[in-house]
Amino acid sequence: MSGPEVALAVSVFLACAVEAVEALTIVMAVGVTRSWRWALAGVGAGIVVLAVIVAALGPALTALPLNTLRVIVGGLLLVFGLQWLRKAILRYAGLKALHDEDKAFASETDAARAAERVGDGFDAYSFTIAFKGVLLEGLEVVFIVLTFGANQHNIGLAAAAAGLAVAVVVIAGVLVRAPLARVPENTMKFGVGVMLTSFGVFWGAEGAGASWPGGDAALLVIIPGVALASLAMVRWLRRAPTRRAVGEPA
Amino acid sequence: MNRIVRAARSVWDFVVGDDPFTALGVVIALGATAIIAGAGAAAWWVMPLAAVALLGLSLRRAAR
Repeated sequence: MSGPEVALAVSVFLACAVEAVEALTIVMAVGVTRSWRWALAGVGAGIVVLAVIVAALGPALTALPLNTLRVIVGGLLLVFGLQWLRKAILRYAGLKALHDEDKAFASETDAARAAERVGDGFDAYSFTIAFKGVLLEGLEVVFIVLTFGANQHNIGLAAAAAGLAVAVVVIAGVLVRAPLARVPENTMKFGVGVMLTSFGVFWGAEGAGASWPGGDAALLVIIPGVALASLAMVRWLRRAPTRRAVGEPA
Repeated sequence: MNRIVRAARSVWDFVVGDDPFTALGVVIALGATAIIAGAGAAAWWVMPLAAVALLGLSLRRAAR
């Protein structure tokens, strides 16, 4: 695999793993407390809708002229990447609460127990919560798979990395039989934020007509540059006399 | 009509998130890159500079 292909696979794998951990927590909560059957049906329905979105948008994206695709995708990736980085940096700096899968699991199971149960048949609550969890967590991953894949004309590799991440998370969840609270979620989100921002900068500039010194090799400078600037911002926020708040996990 | 508005709002929330200034800054940076590159000058430095500046400004707003 070439350097950009490795970066594509790593970015998609990490982003997908983070979202899969969060979706797994939701599905396990309704499965354990209410109905595994209808929770898994909701997961299946969510996956089908995500697959339809990929099938509909994938060919449309790859049909765009390369520079148009790069400026649109670069801009979107940059907006997404800066959002991921901002949240991860705020968490590292102690200005936003770390995402706690145990706490999220407890909250979901409490809500699932409190929800009304109607008869022994179809459990709409389990189905809907699992469906929404998979769909909402999966949409961001679909976006990353499509944009990275379309830009490098390798949607297959991006989809394979996403599939592998889901498989690893699901197998780990089945083995542990509990939410994956020990996954270093913020570190992974920071890494994904760095990659999305770096590729957004690279493709956005190319799509807008700029030429990078060194061509693709410029990514080898942009990625560590974005990572170092982000780490410097963590230090800056830790030292700055700002509010010490514990916000909501997102 | 409500459904269309709701759908548009969902797309806006999904893409722009809770910091529209950053999204606007990205659009302006892309435009500046296109203008400078169109004039025949080196424009590769605009986007990295904009990304770091936008992240810093966004963090400063969030930390206040």
